[in-house]
Amino acid sequence: MADTDVRLQPKKKGLTRRQKRSLSRGAQYVVFVAAVIVFAVTADWGRLKNQFAQWDIARQMFPDVITLALKNTVLYTVSGFVLGLVLGLVIALMRLSSVGPYRWLAGVYIEIFRGLPALLIFVFIGVAVPLAFPGTEIVGGTYGKAALGLGLIGAAYMAETFRAGIQAVPKGQLEAARSLGFSPARAMVSVVIPQAFRIILPPLTNELIMLFKDSSLVLLLGVTLEERELSKYGRDLASTTANSTPILVAGLCYLLVTIPLGFVVRRMEAKAQEAVK
Amino acid sequence: MSRPEIEVRDLHKSFGTNEVLRGIDLEIGRGEVVCVIGPSGSGKSTLLRCVNLLEEPTKGQVFVGGTELTDPDVDIDAVRRRIGMVFQQFNLFPHLSVTENLTLPQRRVLRRGKAEAAKVAAENLERVGLSEKADAYPASLSGGQQQRVAIARALAMGPEVMLFDEPTSALDPELVGDVLAVMRMLADEGMTMMVVTHEMTFAREVADRVVFMDGGVVVEDGTPAEVIANPSHERTRHFLSRLLDPAMADVEEETSDQLGKGD
Repeated sequence: MADTDVRLQPKKKGLTRRQKRSLSRGAQYVVFVAAVIVFAVTADWGRLKNQFAQWDIARQMFPDVITLALKNTVLYTVSGFVLGLVLGLVIALMRLSSVGPYRWLAGVYIEIFRGLPALLIFVFIGVAVPLAFPGTEIVGGTYGKAALGLGLIGAAYMAETFRAGIQAVPKGQLEAARSLGFSPARAMVSVVIPQAFRIILPPLTNELIMLFKDSSLVLLLGVTLEERELSKYGRDLASTTANSTPILVAGLCYLLVTIPLGFVVRRMEAKAQEAVK
Repeated sequence: MSRPEIEVRDLHKSFGTNEVLRGIDLEIGRGEVVCVIGPSGSGKSTLLRCVNLLEEPTKGQVFVGGTELTDPDVDIDAVRRRIGMVFQQFNLFPHLSVTENLTLPQRRVLRRGKAEAAKVAAENLERVGLSEKADAYPASLSGGQQQRVAIARALAMGPEVMLFDEPTSALDPELVGDVLAVMRMLADEGMTMMVVTHEMTFAREVADRVVFMDGGVVVEDGTPAEVIANPSHERTRHFLSRLLDPAMADVEEETSDQLGKGD
């Protein structure tokens, strides 16, 4: 038609947008494949295999790597997570409190434990606490200390997650509960927190994965042979066998847990998305 | 009429510098049904929310059943058990089934036993005609059904007064009737009701009194016949004509009054 805007018509010269787009996509694939080939060709697979994939060394690690190391990793993580969950909820409620000093205290806690590297916190628990309180033992020995360290770190992150979850529950829910005669505390426990919990289940699981990895820092507390977790166990064995295969196996054990957990998180997130619709 | 069931004296409420209520006096007798109407931003929802202290008044007194709610030492949770409230957005607890929505407050607040709470819940679901939805979750119900469950939840606490904050404003038009029917039934049973609404038919047919608010004050207060059919103030006439015949309204300049929050 005569009055059609020329800019809307297909170009006569040069590439159209669609053609440019597929050209650029093609270029990206080429670069990626080239990088993989260069990596595969230049790496010395023989030496890598010698150092990281000795089958008989790997076989030696079983069943201890599961029954001892992985079991301890899970134990440290779960106890730290539970402590962090309880402490995190308390700190989140303090952060949302109408009492100024509570809010302030919770804010300081979160900033400190979120800002410090987990490694330093473990060193602090392993060294400074026994110095400051000579004679006192943390309940549960290494297990107690590990739970404390992971719990203190986890609580800071989980407090922020809980706060966000509680604030994501519509204000009308609290109002409805109050109008029915619930006290503020009861409304929080019976109505708001159960709903907040559903909202934060995915990020909470991510924090569990984070603690699972941080549990490797337990080695800084000084552990006995029986208390070793995956990382320490792998490294010890690597130095006695002068081979890195145990590191690889330990790493695979982490993935054995974190990948399914990550899958669960994505499933929950997808379900939560559906519920919103 | 002896002692009024709801009494509001010289009530003021400000949000920051925005004065939403500027001295409200209102009495509602036992068994009376009072509809509060007015343009948005007139303060009618704020007034309703002050009656059960969901909003803290800046100044003035509120009495319900002879108890002063504005007394700083009052047990507000105890007083609220006598005041049912129904919200525009229903505010059912989405993590609980319909029955649990009705039993949880009875068990936690009134400390009723499991069996008694379940019995009261079933009775009240039947009253609003939703017995068959007892095990459903709120998300699977229509807006009208959710609002009726919300009314049943309030009734299960055995209130002496019911407050309705625009209970049909969030509903699709064809669902409004079911909710109004339940409210009419309550009115016929003699419940004391204070209803903020835009449903003029309901106000005309069910209300004993209609209160017209504008700019944070009560402009007119009388029977539906007086206020709706024969308003004596220009502001009331203006509001009603826009409400009853919105297609005929003229374009107007916004005034600062209408910009106020609170609805």
